[in-house]
Amino acid sequence: MFRVTDKPINLQELVDCVTDPKAGAIATFIGTTRNNNEGRKVIALDYEAYPEMAEKELTRLGEEARKKWQICRMAIVHRVGPVQITEPSVMIAVSSAHREAAFAACRFAIEEIKRTVPIWKKEVYEGGEIWIGTQSGQPLNRS
Amino acid sequence: MTVKVKLFAILRERAGAAEVIKEIKEGSTVADLWAVLQQDYPKLAVPGIRLLYAVNQDYVKPDRVLKNADEVVFVPPVSGG
Repeated sequence: MFRVTDKPINLQELVDCVTDPKAGAIATFIGTTRNNNEGRKVIALDYEAYPEMAEKELTRLGEEARKKWQICRMAIVHRVGPVQITEPSVMIAVSSAHREAAFAACRFAIEEIKRTVPIWKKEVYEGGEIWIGTQSGQPLNRS
Repeated sequence: MTVKVKLFAILRERAGAAEVIKEIKEGSTVADLWAVLQQDYPKLAVPGIRLLYAVNQDYVKPDRVLKNADEVVFVPPVSGG
């Protein structure tokens, strides 16, 4: 399961998806929205994706992980749209026969998501908003 | 021939459009299309931005020659996770 969704993500759904009789471990990762970034007080994040390509890239990185480690199954779901403080924006689950592969593949997946998958986050903070990664923001004019 | 350009995130906001159908010359590359688009939408030129390029949902180099009906995306720095 490699998916982009505008609904809240359900961890159990990912765990069920990677459950495998050959697995002795399931590693999971949850990326959540924190209330501060580089000194700014964050109000919320707003994610946007190129959905068809994002799902294709997630699938591709799953295949790459499979070449690097002996994993059983992998699932990744990334949320789009507004995500409030403390809410998850991404979840990853990986199952493998032994725990090392699951931990390593899980780590690899989140790093690759941040590097190659066409998903963007706009940080809405007190006093403005900014597309992360572009150094280009503007103060909100809420007058 | 025509291609479909999809714009996301900062580029969508700056252009004020999510999708543009563009008539281009045969033999045009992704880089040529980007140059033409910046004439149509001068605000697309974000100082210092590093773009990646995708055609039909795959990353390509900017010298990729376009075909009729290609879907082209200029990918601003990604920031998922």
